[in-house]
Amino acid sequence: MKRIATAVAAVMLLSACGGDPLAGSGNNEPAPTDTIVVGSANFPESRLLAEIYAEALSAKGVKVSKKLNIGNRELYYKGVQDGSIDLIPEYTGVLLKHINKDATEVGSDEVYAALKKALPQNLVVLDKSAAEDKDAVVVTKQIAAQYSLKSLDDLVPYCKDLAFGGPPEFQNRPDGLSGLKAKYNCEFKEFKSLDVGGPVTVAGLKDNTVQAANLFTTDYAIKANEFVVLEDPKNVFAAQNVLPLINEKKASQQVRDTLNAISRKIDTKTLLDLNQKLAGPDKPEPEKVAKEWLAGAGI
Amino acid sequence: MTWILENWERFWEVTAVHLRLSIVPVLAGFALSIPLGWFASRSAKARAVLFPLANVLFTIPSIALIVITPILIGVKILDEINVIVPLVIYTVALMVRSVSDALAAVPGNVIAAANAMGYRPLRRFLTVDFPLALPVTIAGLRVATVSNISMVSVGALVGLGGYGQLFTEGYQTDHTEKVLAGLIGTVVLAVLADGLLLLIGRLLTPWARAGR
Amino acid sequence: MGAWLFDPAHWSGPTGIPVRLLEHLGYTLLTLLIAAVIAIPLGAFVGHTGRGGFAIVGLSNALRALPTTAVLILVVLWAGLGDFPVYVALVLLAVPPIMAGTYAGVRAVDPMAVDAARGVGMRESGVLLNVEIPNALPLIYGGFRGAALQVVATATIAAYTGAGGLGRFVFDGLALQEFGQMLAGAVLVALLAVLVDLGFAGLQRLTVSPGLRPAGTGGKR
Repeated sequence: MKRIATAVAAVMLLSACGGDPLAGSGNNEPAPTDTIVVGSANFPESRLLAEIYAEALSAKGVKVSKKLNIGNRELYYKGVQDGSIDLIPEYTGVLLKHINKDATEVGSDEVYAALKKALPQNLVVLDKSAAEDKDAVVVTKQIAAQYSLKSLDDLVPYCKDLAFGGPPEFQNRPDGLSGLKAKYNCEFKEFKSLDVGGPVTVAGLKDNTVQAANLFTTDYAIKANEFVVLEDPKNVFAAQNVLPLINEKKASQQVRDTLNAISRKIDTKTLLDLNQKLAGPDKPEPEKVAKEWLAGAGI
Repeated sequence: MTWILENWERFWEVTAVHLRLSIVPVLAGFALSIPLGWFASRSAKARAVLFPLANVLFTIPSIALIVITPILIGVKILDEINVIVPLVIYTVALMVRSVSDALAAVPGNVIAAANAMGYRPLRRFLTVDFPLALPVTIAGLRVATVSNISMVSVGALVGLGGYGQLFTEGYQTDHTEKVLAGLIGTVVLAVLADGLLLLIGRLLTPWARAGR
Repeated sequence: MGAWLFDPAHWSGPTGIPVRLLEHLGYTLLTLLIAAVIAIPLGAFVGHTGRGGFAIVGLSNALRALPTTAVLILVVLWAGLGDFPVYVALVLLAVPPIMAGTYAGVRAVDPMAVDAARGVGMRESGVLLNVEIPNALPLIYGGFRGAALQVVATATIAAYTGAGGLGRFVFDGLALQEFGQMLAGAVLVALLAVLVDLGFAGLQRLTVSPGLRPAGTGGKR
C-alpha cells in the first residue's frame, strides 16, 4: 500500500505541475523594455539582415533577443504591431503596398517618403540603404528564347498559356498577381503556390512545372541558373530599398546610429555577395555570415 | 551529423524549446484527461459525448489549429501558448479514451473489496482504481508524448516550433543536413521520452511484473 | 468562414473545393493502399511466426516519432517537387498503426482455433489466410482506421511543398491571413476524415464475420 501511495503522490505531483504551465508559461513575460526583439521574414536574406542588425546592436551593448523566420509580411507585421517583435529588416516598396494597397509611388525617394507618412505612429523606419532587392518575374533562358521575352510587355500575349509559381501571398498582393493583371492585363493559366523565392521555386522553373515565377533580384540562383529577369516598364514592383522597421519606443539614438551605419554600408552588390555566400556549398549559418560581414565592414 | 556538431549551441537552443513545447502540453493534457476519463468511465452519456468529440478534434489538421488558436484565444502571434493549446487538445483527445478504458478495466471484485474495507470514493480512486489503471494509462501517455514531440515542429510555420525551425530553414536554403539534424533530434527525444515513461510505468506498477 | 465556404466561386475551377477534395481523397486512398500492402503482410507474418515481434513494435514506435514535415521536405530536396514526396511521407505515417494492428490482431487469435485449423490438415499459409487473418480483422481494421484518420489530417501538409489537396486552403489562408479560407480548409479536412471513417466502418461491417463483432454492436438484423 505504501508503494501505491508513493506512486499516487508522484502522479498527483505530475498532474499538479501539469496544471500550472498552461496558465503560466505561455504568457511570455513582455520582454524587459531595454531588450530589442529582432524578427525576420521566412527567407534567408531577411534572416541574414536580421542577424546583422542583432549582432551590431549587441556589440554596442544593446540587449537583443531574436525571433527569426516568422513567416511572411502578412503574418509578422501583426507581430510588429502587437509588440511581439520590435525590429525587422524591411523593403520600402512592398512594405508601403502592405500598409496602403493603393500607393502609386515607384521611385526610390518617393516610396521612402510615402512610407514614412503611411506608417502608424508607433512604428518608424530608419535611413534607407542603397541596397535594392525587388520582387521580379523570372523565366528560364529557354522560355525567354522561345517566346522572345525581355520585359513583361513581351509576356502579355502568352500569360494565358503559362503556369506561374510564387509564394501563396503573391496571389493577392497589389505588387503580385493582381498588379500584373491590372497593369499588364496578364492573367496566367494557373498559379502554383511554391516557396518564397527559394529552392522550390527554382526547381519549379528548372523542371518546367511553372514557366514563370516570382524570385528576388538579389537571389544567387538567378545568376547560377542563367534565369532571365523580365523588365517591368509599368512598375508593378516599386523601388525596394532595404531598411530597418522599428518600434518607435525602442529606437534610441544609439540604436538609430548603429542601424543607420549599417544601412550606409549595404548596397545591392553586398546583398548579391552575401546571398551567394549563404547559398554556397557549405551552407553557412546566417549568424556566421553576418559576423564576418560586420567585421569586414568595420562596424 | 556534422551540422549538429558545428552548430552545437544553436542545436541545443532549439532542443530546449522543442522539449518545453512538447512536455508542457503532455503534462497539462494528462492532468485534464484524468477527471474527464474518470467521468467517461462512469457515465455512458459522457462517453457518447466525449469520445466522438475527441475523434473529431483529432481530425483537425495541427497546422490549422496552431494558426487559428491565436485568433480564438486572442494572444500575440508569437506566443508559445499558440502551440501549447492545440497540443493540449490533441493530448486530451488521445488520453481520454485511454484513461477511461483503463479505469473501466479495473476488476469489479477489487473495487467491491475496497468498498467493503470502508474506502471513501476519493481515497479509493487515488489508492486503488487509479494505480491499477496506470499501466494502460501510461501506454496511452507514451503514444501521446511521442506524437506531441513529433507534432511540435509544425509550429515552425508560424515562427514557433523547436526543431521545426531547422526544417523550414533547411527547406528554404536547400540544406538537407539541417533538416536531418532536426529529424534526428526529434526521433532521439521521442525515443528517450518513451523509454523514460516506460521506466516510470515499471517503477510505479511493480505488481504488474510480480507474477512473472 | 461560412462566407468563404459557401461562395459559389470557390466551388468551381481547377483550384475549387471539389478538385481539392478529390486530390485530398486521392492522396489518402492511395497512401492507405500502399501502406496496407506493406504493413499487413509484414505484421501478419511476424504475428504468425511470433519472430521479430520486438522489432515490429520498436520499428512502429520509431516511425511514429518521425516528423512528417521533415520527411516531406527531405524527399522534396532529394527528389524534387510533385506528389511522390507526399506519398513517401504519408505512407511512413500510415504503416506503423496498420502494422501494429495486424500484428496484435494475429497474435490475439485464439490458439485453439489455430490448433484446430492445423488439426484438420491446413497448411501454414492456409492457417494464416483462412483462420488468423479473418479472425484478426477487427484489430486490423482498428489500426487501419486509425491510420486513415491520421493520413486525412496530415495530408494537409502536402500543400506546404506546393502540392494540392485541402491543405491548399489552409496554407494559402495562412499566407494571405484569410481566416475564412483557413477555417474552411480545416473544417473540410475534418469532415472528410469523418466520411472516410464512416466508409471504412461500412466496409468493416461487410467484411468482418458477425461472430467477431464486439458484444452489443452486432446483433441480429
